[in-house]
Amino acid sequence: MDFRLSEDQEALRDGIRAFCDGRFPAERLGECAGAGGFERALWRELAGMGVFSLRLPESRGGVGLGMADAVLVFAELGRRLLPGPLAWSHLAAGLVEGAASGESVVGGLELDGGGPLLVEHAAQLDALLVVGEDGVARLDPQALAAAPVGVPLDPLTPLHEVASIPAGERLGGRELAARLRLEGGALAAAQLLGIAEATQELAVAYAKQREQFGRPIAGFQSIKHMLADMYVRQEMARAAVYAAGATLDQPEVGDPARAVASAKLVAGEAAMKNARTCIQVHGGMGYTWEMPPHYYLKRTWVLGTQFGTADDHAERLAEVLAGAPGL
Amino acid sequence: MDLRYSESDEKFRRELRAWLASAVPKHGAPPPAHDWPARVAYDTGWQRKLFDAGYAGINWPAAYGGRDLSATEQLVYYEETARAGAPYVGVNFVGLLHGGPTIVAEGTPEQKARHLPRILRGEEVWCQGFSEPGAGSDLAALKTRAVRVGDDYVVNGHKIWCSFAHVGEFCELLVRTDPDAPKHRGISWLICPMDLPGIEIRPLPTLAGEGEFSEVFFNDVRVPVANRVGAENDGWRVTNVTLRFERGTAFASEMINLQKYLADLAGVARRITRHGVPAWDDSALRREVGHLLAELDALWAMVKLSVSRSSQTGVPGLEGSAIKLYYTELCQRITELGVRILGRAGIARDDVAGLPSKQILHRHLNSLSLTIAAGSSQIQRNIVAERILGLPKDR
Repeated sequence: MDFRLSEDQEALRDGIRAFCDGRFPAERLGECAGAGGFERALWRELAGMGVFSLRLPESRGGVGLGMADAVLVFAELGRRLLPGPLAWSHLAAGLVEGAASGESVVGGLELDGGGPLLVEHAAQLDALLVVGEDGVARLDPQALAAAPVGVPLDPLTPLHEVASIPAGERLGGRELAARLRLEGGALAAAQLLGIAEATQELAVAYAKQREQFGRPIAGFQSIKHMLADMYVRQEMARAAVYAAGATLDQPEVGDPARAVASAKLVAGEAAMKNARTCIQVHGGMGYTWEMPPHYYLKRTWVLGTQFGTADDHAERLAEVLAGAPGL
Repeated sequence: MDLRYSESDEKFRRELRAWLASAVPKHGAPPPAHDWPARVAYDTGWQRKLFDAGYAGINWPAAYGGRDLSATEQLVYYEETARAGAPYVGVNFVGLLHGGPTIVAEGTPEQKARHLPRILRGEEVWCQGFSEPGAGSDLAALKTRAVRVGDDYVVNGHKIWCSFAHVGEFCELLVRTDPDAPKHRGISWLICPMDLPGIEIRPLPTLAGEGEFSEVFFNDVRVPVANRVGAENDGWRVTNVTLRFERGTAFASEMINLQKYLADLAGVARRITRHGVPAWDDSALRREVGHLLAELDALWAMVKLSVSRSSQTGVPGLEGSAIKLYYTELCQRITELGVRILGRAGIARDDVAGLPSKQILHRHLNSLSLTIAAGSSQIQRNIVAERILGLPKDR
């Protein structure tokens, strides 16, 4: 057992980080939000970095890596709040033609027996995966009677509401549906880890330069302890997310469903608490539109509803314990 | 990022599991908490059995009775002993997880030969002499004075919250050897035999009503200079080695135990009736339990990450502070949930209505010490803030 990143994994993470920092710096958040979506050019560049083809075997034109590598990549995408149906297009590689190469933008929708049916980035999709209880179907987004939602919560995640889902082309059954939910959960958890990390770093940087009472607020214990808690949450989320990735690749080390549920729950909570604390540490500036913290909070809400909510995962984990012998 | 144990780790696991399956039941149930002679016999007796079977000092040097095995085998050891419900380290805590590792890292060959094999065989019980009435969180402000006279230090002072002082034969004792130096630069780390003349021990009952720790008074106690670990006035650095062990891996077996305990609590909730149905039917309770399990899973993954990193250096890293902070607060929340599940039975410290109130209350009350001992949660946050995040040291 060596749970540290390999040299290749560090290089992969650093490469994606450098790309995201250069291609999607914080200043672009406002600009992109104004444009109402992401650029196709960015999508092709992400494809060029192997974001979508990462786990496709080399024989099929992919990079041939696993979920442990994918969570590293998605944590970096989350860190910079890259827009678009990233996880769905990654999951669609090998299922939908053009997804791996970035030529097709593939979105997704989970059916959980309730409503409303909100499709993210619907206007920019070339294909939509619909994941139900018993299977996965592929739909043509043009065939949806979709009405745009005037103001989405996350300015970078436009929404359309659809009244009903027409039958599409069936891609697989229960097993595929379960796999996509599980892998999607790990990818969303990784993005949430990235948010937890980025908001911690933003808050620390701000607290070090913001002065009140004649000194940096980072020197006050009330602030320091908030920042320390942010770091601890981020590191626990990191461990859980990495464990989920490694367990999906090597199921002999544990229960992948449990590992993903724990990771999604812990990373989701870390992102939410860190984004909120980031706003608090920024004080009045944190409440403004022009500062970045609110984008992180809003994306966290979006990711929190994908691939199982915290309550769903908590319930699932309780079931894991339910069979155990009593005191 | 590989969580698979190696074939040799798995072989070690199989052998250990087989041995524990017969050894644990034979050792019997632990004695009552207040019966200290019986507790010492029980805990050291178990340690002796571990030693005889080759399971003592997993990652200690073979030259001193250890096994010299890897950090991952140490983790396997924690996993298997917790799974088997093996006795806890108990009175061996300071020697095995604290003072012993410090001597491994910093002791002289004579000190190693003198103490390490005996600690591993359960022949030496250690206690801790760090805190003082005026030096708790500000440990470096300690005043217990050691003046060098010939080959001895003459020690005078007052230590408090000394775990296992009333049963310990040796004390890891922090003293001030240079009162004029800045506070961190005048401290030395001594091995103090507890039977020396001039030592007075007064038990200090805990809020759980137990006699785990004491106040210790030193009046002209002569400790040989040869008992100093590390250089004179270098004790603060040595202490930080000790504290990193205490914060890093010392709690690993507790964490696995806690997972088992959470499953036990789910079992209790299924047996308790609330509003005419089992308490476990309450989805809010189930979600709370599931949430706590997620946090335990994250913590255990973090321990694996930390062990993987420190397998290079042999000393746990600064993330030990993050682990200690998270573990101790999580432990309190889990044990408190136990008390809430009991409802009215939770105001009894004896078992009532066939419910395990005694153990549940015992665990929760004891857990209250965890966020204070070995550097309070607030001190851990300062360490994370200042030494990891680089924030200013203002108070």
